[in-house]
Amino acid sequence: MALTGIQIYKLLPKTNCGECGVPTCLAFAMNLAAGKAELAGCPYVSEEAKAELADASAPPIAVVEIGTGERKLKIGGETVLFRHEKTFVNPPGIAVLVTDEMSDEEVAGRLERLKTLEYERVGLILRADLVAVKSLSGDAGKFEALVTRVKNQTDAGIILMAEDTSVMESGLKICSDRKPLMYAATKENADGMASLAKEHGCSLAVKGDGLDEVSDLTTKLTEGGLKNLVIDSGARAIKKAFEDQIIIRRAALLKKYRPLGFPTITLPFEMTNDSMQEALIASMFVAKYGGIIVLSDLQGHSLFPLLLARMNIYTDPQRPMATSPGIYEIGGPNENSPVLVTCNFSLTYFIVSGEIETSRVPAWLVVVDTEGLSVLTAWAAGKFVGDAVGMSFKKCGIMDKVSHKKVIIPGYAAAISGDLEEELGDWEVLVGPRESAHIPAYLKEWKA
Amino acid sequence: MAFETPKISYNGAIKEIPLGKEANRIIVGGENSYPFYLFEGEMPHPPKIAMEIHDAPPEDWPQAALDPFADVVQDPVAWAQKCVDSYGAEMVALQLVSTDPNAQDTPPEQALEVTKKVAAAIEVPLIVWGSSNLEKDTQVLKVIAEECAGENLILGPVEEGSYKVLGAASLAFQHTIAASTPIDINLAKQLNILLGNLGVPDERILVDPTVASLGYGLEYCYSVMERDRMAALTQEDERLQFPIVCNLAKEVWKVKEAKIGEEEAPLLGDPLKRGVLLEAMTALLLLLAGGDILIMRHPDAIQLVRGFIKELTAN
Repeated sequence: MALTGIQIYKLLPKTNCGECGVPTCLAFAMNLAAGKAELAGCPYVSEEAKAELADASAPPIAVVEIGTGERKLKIGGETVLFRHEKTFVNPPGIAVLVTDEMSDEEVAGRLERLKTLEYERVGLILRADLVAVKSLSGDAGKFEALVTRVKNQTDAGIILMAEDTSVMESGLKICSDRKPLMYAATKENADGMASLAKEHGCSLAVKGDGLDEVSDLTTKLTEGGLKNLVIDSGARAIKKAFEDQIIIRRAALLKKYRPLGFPTITLPFEMTNDSMQEALIASMFVAKYGGIIVLSDLQGHSLFPLLLARMNIYTDPQRPMATSPGIYEIGGPNENSPVLVTCNFSLTYFIVSGEIETSRVPAWLVVVDTEGLSVLTAWAAGKFVGDAVGMSFKKCGIMDKVSHKKVIIPGYAAAISGDLEEELGDWEVLVGPRESAHIPAYLKEWKA
Repeated sequence: MAFETPKISYNGAIKEIPLGKEANRIIVGGENSYPFYLFEGEMPHPPKIAMEIHDAPPEDWPQAALDPFADVVQDPVAWAQKCVDSYGAEMVALQLVSTDPNAQDTPPEQALEVTKKVAAAIEVPLIVWGSSNLEKDTQVLKVIAEECAGENLILGPVEEGSYKVLGAASLAFQHTIAASTPIDINLAKQLNILLGNLGVPDERILVDPTVASLGYGLEYCYSVMERDRMAALTQEDERLQFPIVCNLAKEVWKVKEAKIGEEEAPLLGDPLKRGVLLEAMTALLLLLAGGDILIMRHPDAIQLVRGFIKELTAN
């Protein structure tokens, strides 16, 4: 159980040396209790106190890592129930299922799509993260062959799914160096799975029939020294699974209930046979607290919306999303094409560039650095004003790309047109529409 | 060790708002917990889906969205009837797109005529939505409010700049208002206060927080809606205890990825399924954030979301 600031204070040296960065031990203790400081910040704390405090200073939801190298995935570590309270930090890992009863083509197709279905957006690569390799036949040799194939064909993280410890072991022999997640320890096999997890240094999922059983299992496993656990509450009905996710998150954050202080694994592929509904269930787990989401397959039409959902929900609400400033060519513009200028708030960029595309009029879009602020906010903050926009406009090199001398500014920034004309010399500043939806009509009328 | 479900205490509830004509009244709102948190609260009236129709044949809908309605887009009345008869629409939302001064700029009289015809042709509650041009909407919706007394319409968007005119008209002629503000909880609350001061009774107010599509700013309205529900249900913020209406289909189907073909973007997969999932996921996320009425377009997306609401509210 978590300790209060006062309880922690009693374990500290009480010398008020200040080396931790705050003036008193009491203040440091309060910060520790609030999760705002690390125990390592105190150079003089005793070993006994460390052991006692490790529990108090541990994050309420453990961080679990799966995989190695660039594709290492971090899940858990969340500190809030609602993203606006701070931010969600570690996006859920999206996994694709392969089993030892699928045909060669089915497995090959899934691994191929895992590799190719990647989307670039605001400088981020959106893609699935994991392969869940499941033993259905119970045959260790078949499992070993499938794990070998997966390991050789992808550097993505791996989830080994087998209930029989000897089957699990045959998979671990092949890929334990890739730090897979083992799924799953149950009431029946927990001891065997625990010793495998320890021996191979892998994270372990715990599957129980309800949260009581899960709590019993995680308590037993943590007492045995395992820390990297992942929870499956066992629920497969949508309503129950939804509720379990909320209860797990709340127990960990509001009650500091250690037995449920772990990221979760969800299995939409076991919840429906309809691929469209499966995608929708997956998006529910993006919003409500899934740590890993295992899908029966990856297809562009469902994976792309799901990745967007994950990006949206896990965007840090404290930081505006920004697009890199510069010149964007839309629809293959030439020296007679119109030139538009806007801010680098990524939402503005998406909408404006989308509308220009819709117009089918090739155009140049100059994105000015407004530190991620929208046009109106940036204007109010003095970042989208005549001289600032003029400077970036001259520097970006657009003036050499067109033979005319006209620039279109957003309607909401009409007030800057005078200053901007002054800054740009003989260029003509045209005030465009206020709403981006009216850009296509505007561009169709535009003449160089 | 027996585990006790950590519940939180609520001290507020969303107001119940009756919609439509007496004989076919439906009620929205009434929930007294976060959306679908039924282990600690109730949702007496599960969220409703309104199917949208346009007052003129759509010009910019992708084929996938157009196909189910290809036979009726010329005729708003037939379109509305198809929504109800073929797709079991619980509500219909008439989008007065052609009134937009930047589009066809059709006159208020024409919008009135279409509205009257559609209202006469269906029994389910009718939402009438302007073109989001403040001046034009004020003219158009005022005429409709006055001339459609007794139809119990839901009129939107009613904004800060039009609430006096449209609030008074709705009050006098018995319509419900969708109070619209741009993605800001404080502005939403302020407009609800202003409507109250004007004398509009609570049971005539819905809130439109302005929604966006998946991938195009959904996270902003998602969090504004979550904050709205938190204030309404746990902080006794009485002026936020109104059902939320999400006019989402028009936002989803205009984004590039809902329109682009498979040849141009092979990695995005089948355009029909992709469009349906973009719409259904946007809808589901808005439901989880607190939506009570969703204005949707594609029958497949609607069916998926309806099924999901049923699952989440199952006994």
